[in-house]
Amino acid sequence: MTEATPGQTIGPFFHHALAFPGDCELVPFGSAGSVVLHGYVRDGAGDPVPDAMIEIRQSDAAGVVPRSGGSLRRGGAEFTGWGRCCTDAAGHYWFSTVEPGLPFFAVTIFARGLLDRLFTRIYLPGAAGAVDGLVAEREPDGRLRFDLHLQGPSETVFLTYPRT
Amino acid sequence: MTTSQHEISDEIAKIHADSPGGAPLLDFPPYRSTLLRHPTKEPRHVDPEGAELLAPVFGHSDVAPVEADLTVQRGGDPIGERIRVHGRVLDGDGRPVRRQLVEIWQANAAGRYSHQGDQHPAPLDPHFTGVGRCLTDDDGRYSFTSIKPGPYPWRNHHNAWRPAHIHFSLFGTDFTQRLITQMYFPGDQLLALDPIAQSITDPAALNRLIAAYDHSRSEHEWLLGYRWDIVLTGSHATYLEPSDD
Repeated sequence: MTEATPGQTIGPFFHHALAFPGDCELVPFGSAGSVVLHGYVRDGAGDPVPDAMIEIRQSDAAGVVPRSGGSLRRGGAEFTGWGRCCTDAAGHYWFSTVEPGLPFFAVTIFARGLLDRLFTRIYLPGAAGAVDGLVAEREPDGRLRFDLHLQGPSETVFLTYPRT
Repeated sequence: MTTSQHEISDEIAKIHADSPGGAPLLDFPPYRSTLLRHPTKEPRHVDPEGAELLAPVFGHSDVAPVEADLTVQRGGDPIGERIRVHGRVLDGDGRPVRRQLVEIWQANAAGRYSHQGDQHPAPLDPHFTGVGRCLTDDDGRYSFTSIKPGPYPWRNHHNAWRPAHIHFSLFGTDFTQRLITQMYFPGDQLLALDPIAQSITDPAALNRLIAAYDHSRSEHEWLLGYRWDIVLTGSHATYLEPSDD
């Protein structure tokens, strides 16, 4: 296998380049059958990480992973199964999406001060075979909550795959 | 007292003596912002499944061809050295990554980003946003026309300067091949001093982030060419596990 090009931090100045209208709305916010997945990104001191970017990839409600384009110019008609959210000043991220038929959201995390991307999964509550610690909490209003801790006593379980 | 470049370079040298590696060290104290932002536990090994096996798909509805030319987006000529950066995106088995999204962003010729958080007192260029996108072609090729970015100061330590670079965001065919990195320019004396570049402790691996000057792609009385190929990690889609060991 050819040796891979190394990663580097996303740095602090990416928002104007990588954010786009509707980036975090895989389906329109508040639409029928939609759910909000949200949480906070925190550092080892528990402080918010206001310059992180989270991406998710998922199947649709029936368990099919879409292969259609159109994520950057969302027309509203097609579900592409991919979204991006830059954290706000409180370190908060959110997505409006559907609950995937395959039981987890695949997640990538980038941030200033993080020299390479991190991978994890967020499982739906009650999912069979979930990795310990990677299950979202169902909030009373129906939203799914999952905080990402880069370091510290609640450090998130990050994942690595063969061939990476 | 703020830390000097000399002290930072000493810290870098000590870490390099201990741990040559091809991937950036996440725990790399010379880059001060890593202190509270690097995981301390080893990542858990899992086999990719479901959505992890398929990268998002982008098409011509997502990207207009003009987005690959950063010199024509604002109705006037940006100031600086006009350049073309081109190359191929390959997977770990050398196969081209076809019709996939490449996003870039960079500072202007004076070393200033068109981002509200950048307070470096260098001029903004009204004709330059420093943001581009394209799709690779059927051979995995990409090409951008831009302006050579300037180096800029940052507050990691006293008199700290980032080498000139272009940020690249890349997707493969699998979600697990996602990469964000930075392309550097050949001969930049700031690379050896930079804690972000030097977090890659194997010099051969760091070299893979440095573009080559490509005279065959320079254009008479117009621009200078650079070539930079990108290799993602391996795809799982067609990979067969070795049957023994």
